[in-house]
Order: sequence, then structure tokens, then C-alpha cells
Amino acid sequence: MTDVMPAGERRQLAPPTVETGVFGWMRKNLFSSWGNGITTIVLIVVVAWILSNFLHWALFTATFDAKSGAECRGHGACWALIREKYRYIFFGSFPYEQHWRPLFAVIAMLAMLILSSDRRMWNKRLIAIWGIGSFITFLLMFGEISISISLILFMALAVGGLGMILRGSIAPPAELNGWRALAGIGAVGLVLRMVGVLPAWGLAIAPFSYVETGLWGGIPVTMILATYGLLFAFPFGILLALGRRSNLPLIKGLCVGFIELIRGVPLISLLIMASVMLPLFLPSGMNIDKFLRAQVAVILFAGAYIAEIIRGGLQSLPKGQFEAADAVGLNYVQKTTLIILPQALRVVIPPLINTFIGFFKDTSLVLIIGIFDFLNTANQALVDPNWAGFPGEVYLFAAFVYFCFCYSMSRYSKYLEIELNKGTRR
Amino acid sequence: MRKTTLAAAAGLTAILFSGTAMAGKDLDTIKARGNLICGVGQGTAGFMMADSQGKWVGLDVDVCRAVSAALFGDSEKVKYVPLSSQQRFTALQSGEVDMLSNNTTQTLTRDTALGLDFTAITYYDGQGFLVPKKLNVKSAKELNGATVCVAPGTTTELNLADYFRANKMTFKPVVIEKVDEVRAAFFSGRCDVYTNDSSSLYATRAANPPPPLKPEDFIVLPEIISKEPLAPAVRHGDNQFADIVRWSQYAMLEAEEYGITSKNVDEMLKSENPTIKRILGVTPGMGKALGVDEKWVYNIVKQVGNYGESFDRNVGSGSVLKIDRGLNKLWTKGGLQYAPPIR
Repeated sequence: MTDVMPAGERRQLAPPTVETGVFGWMRKNLFSSWGNGITTIVLIVVVAWILSNFLHWALFTATFDAKSGAECRGHGACWALIREKYRYIFFGSFPYEQHWRPLFAVIAMLAMLILSSDRRMWNKRLIAIWGIGSFITFLLMFGEISISISLILFMALAVGGLGMILRGSIAPPAELNGWRALAGIGAVGLVLRMVGVLPAWGLAIAPFSYVETGLWGGIPVTMILATYGLLFAFPFGILLALGRRSNLPLIKGLCVGFIELIRGVPLISLLIMASVMLPLFLPSGMNIDKFLRAQVAVILFAGAYIAEIIRGGLQSLPKGQFEAADAVGLNYVQKTTLIILPQALRVVIPPLINTFIGFFKDTSLVLIIGIFDFLNTANQALVDPNWAGFPGEVYLFAAFVYFCFCYSMSRYSKYLEIELNKGTRR
Repeated sequence: MRKTTLAAAAGLTAILFSGTAMAGKDLDTIKARGNLICGVGQGTAGFMMADSQGKWVGLDVDVCRAVSAALFGDSEKVKYVPLSSQQRFTALQSGEVDMLSNNTTQTLTRDTALGLDFTAITYYDGQGFLVPKKLNVKSAKELNGATVCVAPGTTTELNLADYFRANKMTFKPVVIEKVDEVRAAFFSGRCDVYTNDSSSLYATRAANPPPPLKPEDFIVLPEIISKEPLAPAVRHGDNQFADIVRWSQYAMLEAEEYGITSKNVDEMLKSENPTIKRILGVTPGMGKALGVDEKWVYNIVKQVGNYGESFDRNVGSGSVLKIDRGLNKLWTKGGLQYAPPIR
């Protein structure tokens, strides 16, 4: 056998060196024509100029260690201010020597969020993760949690009732009886508790000293308001969206009215209502925690927006899905939870995460009702006359922290979009 | 089904409203609770702000601490509730806070229609003028024809116009909405004068001149053209509590007048002066009359200091703000701070 090439074939040559490597890439992408070449050079010069000025200010002439703002004056960035104030900016007025508590609460919440972003956890494990994570978070923040017997009975009633509705007629009778028993114990217990047969017993877990919500501040407040605001707003929004598509005129009217009312006013006015108007309507001496009021306002507001997004998802489903579920004999709740919602939610995940990112930043509006979220503690750091006059540094720092949170959410949204649409992609 | 719904509603209500209690008389409530809830502002340099460790400090905060020291013998039994200017009065009316100490100007309508009771005046503020030293102006009367930086829509702007008209002078207003921008305009030389409440002018001077300018390159002119008496407030209905707040403030003034400071208060206990003996509770009677411990003034002065000490530490010579005592000097030194006698 000789090494003869078949007729009609050519030896493959390497591309010319000017077309490969760094130079080739640059030639092709940056300097393909005179116009592009000039644009490239101008942009490089502009970026370099901005960057060098920024670095000059932020790094080369910056002060990293100073006793007071006066030592910073006349130099570049005053990072010593952040160094002095970072604990206040992150944790607010939480007792100084106990700052490890909000630190670990934030870590617990982050762990909870990261774990639940993994699709393999999207089952019963999710409930365990959120139950344990929330318990740890609030135990660390409050220092003590008292679980009253009413709460336990109410939970039993709620879980039992939910089980009865969700699993009705498709679960074996033994399981159904279990749910019925749970709901029954809850209901009877609550009635007994109300007429005074059961004592006001409570399970108090108090490993640390109590810290009230008024002292909370900084990043834990922002995270709690956003996370739990959206956690509760999500099911609330689903109910509103379903209600808006309901055939019952009263329910439909209520849901439409609520959604339009909330969407028609700014979040600030809702917060002011919750903090200024509400106390005037309550009997004197009765106070609902300010933090709770803000949290409820956030939930109501986010719920209305989420409802509209989910309604979009519901409308995108073909009618056949509803009819098929009816034909199989599922009741309304089963049809919705097993057939409709899983499909509808998959469609709306990108806009939902967009809303989440928006609300994470919107929580900073609570500053107008005197709650010290992350942005507000950063603002406070500027008030100190010893360190005043460096707003740029503080806001840059706050922006950086917000960016870290929002950018990771946005990347996650992108990943989910690809992951969840694998089935529909060719 | 109805029973289930009812029970569920009851359970929810029980959860939501647990931990709330009905209030009786304010003072009884405060004593039973064991701490004082003090409404402060959201941060004004020198008057109320959270320091690097999250502790509230300032001239207004010291009033809360003094009241707490008088009531409980401990100046730290205060819970601070930061309030925005929109919420502050509602918070006091609805009982969310026991008292306000947040740079509120005492006026007739607030004292009456809003149902507040102002106690003693903590700080006599008023609108003033900040000018660069190089203008060589010694008095506001020399400001004829000046460009003046001012925030719009406030009484500040009206007072300014009134003052110049009354003195037959003209001025060119530079009206800018945001405080930061007004300051920037002033320091960049767009206007000769910046007018605002004088406490705010001092804060501006202390922190904002861009290098190479220094705070010393600017002066606040001696003329004050409006009255802004800042006083703590309580709500109508509990006169005894109002008395305690008012006399806690007077006690700090009396202590300064008689030279009692946080450093020498223990030696002062041995003083032979009958007035000092009465003030410090060596001769009993004053505490009982007010309904607090006989050592109330001792506790206030020991833990918080007298008015002069508090002023110097927070806004005066001991702070960065370096506010001149001015109208806030004691009456014996030509100022307005005058406390009725403790007897």
C-alpha cells in the first residue's frame, strides 16, 4: 500500500497565521474595518481613562486606616469609614457583643436559599430545609422562641385540613383517616383552649437573651423582609391568580379588586398606611410590632404582583389540560395542584425571579417608616459627624453588596430557565 | 365546617395579637414595663444617631437617658424607636412610644391640636447664615445683594425673604431641593451664603467642605432670624409623667448652674449648700414630690451629666460640630437656658 491520495482530494492546510491566535481574533473582531478599528481604540482609551481615575481614587490614594474622617480628607477614597462602620452597616443596632447571632442567622438563611435552589431538593426535603432554617434564623435573631399550645393546635388543624383537601378521594382510607384525626385534634383542642379547659401552656426555647425587632438592622432585616415577604406572597399570589380566574363572581370580584387596588398604589403609601394609619384604628395600648406590619405590607404588595405573573402562566395552558383533568375525575384542588400549577409555574419562572430581584431592592423603602434595613444603616453611617462627608464610599459599598445578591439571583434564573426547558428544547 | 373556620380564625387572632397589652396610665405602664420607649429621629448629627456600635447617642438621646435615670436609677433602660418625621406624632398618639425626643419644634398647633405636651426646651435653634470667611462679613446686615442658597417650600425660604425685606436689603435666591446639592452648590461658590437652621449649618461646616477647604474657613453669622425651640413631647393625659420629663431636663440645668458635674457629684453629696443638698436628695422631699427616687438628680448627673457636659460632648466644643453655646448658655451667662428652682 502506498500513500497515495485519492483523486480530487487536497491536503488540508493550516489556516494562515494571521487568521489564528490572539492577533487573528483581534483582527477579525476588533479591527475588521477602519471604522471598527477607530471605535475600538476610542473605547479602549475611554475605559482606560475611567478605570485609571477610579483606581487612583479607590486604591492608590485611598485611606484604609484612620482614626476619624478628618485624616481622610484630601486623599482618595476613605475606606477607613467602611472599616469603622461595617459592623453597624451589616447588623444595625443589634447588641454589639452579640453580632455573631445575626451573622449566623444570615449564614443560615443563605444556606437555606442555596440548598433550596438545587432541583434535587424540590420535594418534601424543601419543607424540612425551610422549617429548620427558619427556626434557626429566628431563634438566633430573637434569642428565644415561645411556641404556645394554640399555635401547635392551629398548625395541626391547618396541616390536617390541607391533607384532607389535597388527598381527598385519591389517597387510601387509612391515610385520609390520619389527616382527619390530625385536623380533629387541632379543632377540638383549639375550642377547649378557647373555653379555658386547656391551660395557656407554651414551649419556651430561650438559649440567648431576647432581642426585640426594634433593634434588628442591616442585612438580616433586608433578607428577612425579602425572603419571607416573597415566601408568603407566593402562595398568596397563587390563590389570588386562581381566584381571579374563578367562576364564582364574588371571589372573582374580590380578587380583581384587591389586585387592582394594590397595583394602583405605590409601595410607599402602603407602608405609610401600615405604620401611620393602622395604629390610629387599633384600640389604644394595642401595638402590632412595626416589623410585622412592614412585613405584612410587603407580602400584600408582592402578592398582587405575583398573582398577575401567575395568571399569565395559567392563561398559557391549553384548555385540553383542564378538560383532561376533569375527565380523570380529579376535584378542583387536585386538578390545580397536580396538573395546572406545575405547568403554569414552569412558564413563569423567569418573570417571577425578575419580580424577586425587584422586591429584594424594594424592601429598602421601609426606611421611611423607621426600620433600619441595609440601605438605611448605610445612610446612618453617614450621619456621624466624625465620619461625615464620604457618601460615595458608603453607597458604593452598599451597591456592591446589593449587586452580589441580585447578580446571583439573575444567574440562577438563567440556569433555571435552561434546566426547566430541557424537555421543550430540540 | 363553620366551627373549623371559627377556630382557625381564633387561632390566627391569638397568634397575631399575643404579646400586646392594654395600657393604663402612661407612668404605670412604663414602670410596669421596666423601660422607657423613646421616639427619636432617623439620625441628625449631634442630636440623635447610632454610633459605630449601634448605640444611640446625642443631645436628644441624653434627655431620654436622663428620664430613664430618674425613673429607674439606670440611664440605659431606654428602648429607642427611630421615627420618620411623618410617623413621629402618630407614634406618640397611638402609644407606640412614651415620649418624643427628636428635634421637634414647639409650636402652638402641635401643642394643642395634635394633643402633645411639650416639656422644657432642650435646644434653642433658629435659622442662621453660613458664609466663607474670605467674604469678610461679620453680620447678616452686611449681606445686601448676596446670592443665597436655600431649600424651597420650607419656612426657611419665607423667613429669608422676610428678613431681607425687613432690613431693606436685596438677595438672589438659589433654590435647590436636596440638602446634598445645596451644600455642593454653596461650597463650589455658586452662592455666597447658605441659610438653614443653625444646628444644621454647623453640621454642614464640620463635615462637608471639600478639600483643600477646611471647616475653619467658614463661619456661622451671629444673627438668628427665626425661632425653632426644640423640645421633647409627651401626649396629653398623664401630667405626672410630663412632670418627670420636664424636671429631669431642669435637673440637668440646675446641676450645671450649681457646678455639679458627673465627675464631682460624689463630693457634692457632702456639700453644705442647702440648695445642692435639696437637689441631690441629701435633704429628702424633692423626689417624693415628683414621685421618683430621692437620688434622682444624683443618678441623672452621675450617669448622663449636667446640661453643659451633655452639650459639649454631643454638639459643643468636645465634638466635631463645635456649635457655639449662644442662646443655649445658662441664664447666668447671658443665654436663655433657665430652670425653675428645685425646692
